Amino acid sequence: MPSLTINGKQITVDAGMTVLQACEAAGVEIPRFCYHDRLQIAGNCRMCLVEMEKAPKPIASCAMPAADGMVIRTDTPRVTKARNGVLEFLLINHPLDCPICDQGGECDLQDQTLGYGMDHSRYEENKRAVVDKDLGPLVSTHMTRCIHCTRCIRFATEIAGVEELGTLGRGEHMEIGTYVEKALSSELSGNMIDLCPVGALNSKPYAYTARSWELIRTEGIDAHDAVGANIRIDARGREVMRVLPRLNEDVNEEWISDKSRFAYDGLRRNRLDQPYVRRNGRLEPATWAEALGAVAERMRALGGARIAAIAGDMACTESMTALGDLFRALGSPHLDCRQDGAALPVGARAGYVFNSTIAGIEGADTCLLIGTNPRWEAALVNARLRKRYLGGGFHVFSVGPELDLTFPVERLGAGPETLGEIAAGTHRVAKALQGAKQPMLIVGQGALARPDGAAVLAAARRIAETCGMVRDGWNGFNVLHTAAARVGGMDVGFVPGQGGRDTAGILHGAGGRDLGLVYLLGADEIDMAQLGQAFVVYQGHHGDAGANRADVVLPGAAYTEKSATWVNTEGRPQAAPAAVAPPGDAREDWAIVRALSDTLGKPLPYDSLAQVRERMVRIAPWFARSGEVTPAAWAPFGTEGKLGAAPFRSPVTDFYMTNAICRASATMAECSELYMSGGKAATGTHG
Amino acid sequence: MSAGRAVAAAGDSATFAFTAENVTKANAIVAKYPQGKQQSALLPLLDLAQRQNGGWLPQAALDYVADFLTLARIRVYEVATFYTMFNLKPVGQHHVQVCTTTPCWLRGSDQVLEACRHHLGIGVGETTADGKFTLSEVECLAACVNAPVVWVGDDYYEDLDAASTVKLLDGLAAGKPPKAGPQVKRQTSAPANGAKTLVRKGV
Ligand code: SF4
Ligand code: FES
Ligand code: FES
Repeated sequence: MPSLTINGKQITVDAGMTVLQACEAAGVEIPRFCYHDRLQIAGNCRMCLVEMEKAPKPIASCAMPAADGMVIRTDTPRVTKARNGVLEFLLINHPLDCPICDQGGECDLQDQTLGYGMDHSRYEENKRAVVDKDLGPLVSTHMTRCIHCTRCIRFATEIAGVEELGTLGRGEHMEIGTYVEKALSSELSGNMIDLCPVGALNSKPYAYTARSWELIRTEGIDAHDAVGANIRIDARGREVMRVLPRLNEDVNEEWISDKSRFAYDGLRRNRLDQPYVRRNGRLEPATWAEALGAVAERMRALGGARIAAIAGDMACTESMTALGDLFRALGSPHLDCRQDGAALPVGARAGYVFNSTIAGIEGADTCLLIGTNPRWEAALVNARLRKRYLGGGFHVFSVGPELDLTFPVERLGAGPETLGEIAAGTHRVAKALQGAKQPMLIVGQGALARPDGAAVLAAARRIAETCGMVRDGWNGFNVLHTAAARVGGMDVGFVPGQGGRDTAGILHGAGGRDLGLVYLLGADEIDMAQLGQAFVVYQGHHGDAGANRADVVLPGAAYTEKSATWVNTEGRPQAAPAAVAPPGDAREDWAIVRALSDTLGKPLPYDSLAQVRERMVRIAPWFARSGEVTPAAWAPFGTEGKLGAAPFRSPVTDFYMTNAICRASATMAECSELYMSGGKAATGTHG
Repeated sequence: MSAGRAVAAAGDSATFAFTAENVTKANAIVAKYPQGKQQSALLPLLDLAQRQNGGWLPQAALDYVADFLTLARIRVYEVATFYTMFNLKPVGQHHVQVCTTTPCWLRGSDQVLEACRHHLGIGVGETTADGKFTLSEVECLAACVNAPVVWVGDDYYEDLDAASTVKLLDGLAAGKPPKAGPQVKRQTSAPANGAKTLVRKGV
């Protein structure tokens, strides 16, 4: 381990670290533009110059490996002058239009000019102007502001895996672009906006809608998929103005998908902001008392055996806890949080979570995908798989749809037949998996939400067990969810009780009049036609399929509007506070259920959010450890049985249109139109 | 002109493919590179494509070469836009490239360029109506010792002045270009006015 002196202070760092990293370790800040921890080193901006003893000129610290005995100084007049000079050069062609630039107030160039730059410009000639590029509906460009750090190019090439951006031309005429104008075909493109140190790449939907310093920041959890990406929600008044990623090495590192980032305009449209009751065939505005009264009256009349509840993809764990408790108190065992009918095993947690953890992917060497397209189902899990692929020596096999995952995947077959062969050990890949050091498999919902789902799950378990995926210190068995609500619902037991009906049973019962009332907690993706004549209560935030069918609408809060917990696909509970208030008369969801229980005369035993959470901890102790993954014990799950013949399909056929918020978002509609209907990027989902 | 975007030029063909003969040549070029480094053959292949396509590279040719070497297309666009020797717009049969960098300029490149303009009736960056000539201004051609220099096709014409430039252009138009190299009485880059060294016999 090299030991070096930085500004007179001795420090020992890990071998392979750069001088810049060593300086950071020594607590010395080094200004930089092109260097970024997660990207390859480019060394082209020269902002990180420092002095090294015996070197004739300042060195670029980001590209210089730290070596034993180096003597580095960052506080000399020479370094100051070098920084001054670099900034002066960078500003020669920079338009200095900060007052009208969205990056203003959070711009690296602005900040570093303040810290290290000169107070005036000596440049009197004309500045160069660069034509803006059209990178699609998400990323706006002001290429005259570009300082050619190439972070965006490196991000596209390395992290996103779409080699579409490059440097064109040379010298004074160099530009960043795609040459042939086209929208970036990546579901991670928004991250370039964060990486761009200046205002060259900005958010198109956010353009000119707010200034960064007038926004209130709240740390949130994304609920568009089951990754549970850590986000920052920036709001002004009651409106979410933008969504940004928050660092969490274990989950999303510092990226989020374009859906998580840009679907927020859907939060403003098509909202349920007051209760409705259907009268004479039409939904009419009502008061809370009227709406809750109507629901309670029906429930009382029908009794527990004839009422049922289904929770949707974005429901928070608190509301599922409360609704589950209420239904059980009323004597109804008919509960299900698996609106897609996936054969997730009740009670065997290891059978429905991503046991390896997302970060754990980096330790795997072989991966078998079963009926999943991680790129569309969980873009950041896919980014982690790609990261692992870039590390070298990673083999990915797939049974399921054709995939374009941005890294090579060997497709073995389309459906259960191949899976059966692997499970029986007769397929050649079984050998490869057995020979691997850290093998893993990922089962998607596309493989489980089908009539033979339980048998598929059993086959997957058999593969895991026979291929050494489950052992001390490593569990390579993974279920990849697409819904933020799913694992939480399973954890708090929002599943059929003794003699209870599952989703298919509930729909069947409602259609056949065995059930008189179905309570949809944000469930929009079921086939409403199957509900027959049942009285439908919809509690949720958007006027989507569920609300259209409902007889009573109880307006709830979207994920940005409530203090709530979601459990991600790894089984990691994460709680987040509300960033804004729900619109109009809408309320936090657990409180709506609590109010209903009052109206029913069966008050739930909790009066505050804290008490609901205590209840959750009593049901599942891991809720006490928010943000952490509690390893699940390996137990039998799945039901050995005959595998069907139909090929596996991914449940996500349109990445940009997976829930009610997306469906209300104009930005997502534009992306869907461009990327999915255009057929270009859709190749991965037509299995 | 912005180098940052593709130009759809007149005569831009939607497809491009090497001729059978050029496929053989291309494979021979690729084979010169060590295993795993075949993509380094990019420059010679672009040159081959440009020669086949009448001196310029339409986007289809860039894409073809990218696919030939299994390179991402943007990587080829980067290279093709970086080197000024690759023409991304159609050029005339004779691409007259006049060096105007300092040594050539000191030795009269202004007159050479002016002679081209006047004689061809076009400005820099333009092509004559008959498609015979395109006139370009270029940076140092690394033959300063014989300045001023003009580059046409595969040949350098050196030690030019206005009169010899006109002669050169006429010769090209007639299909009988003068001999490449110095256009004055001078052997390659030896002193123009007689030998200065090794003058004594028997040394
Ligand atoms: S657009 Fe931004 S990120 Fe890309 S090279 Fe320019 S300054 Fe860097
Ligand atoms: S940060 Fe070192 S050269 Fe850019
Ligand atoms: S300056 Fe013209 S060849 Fe060098």
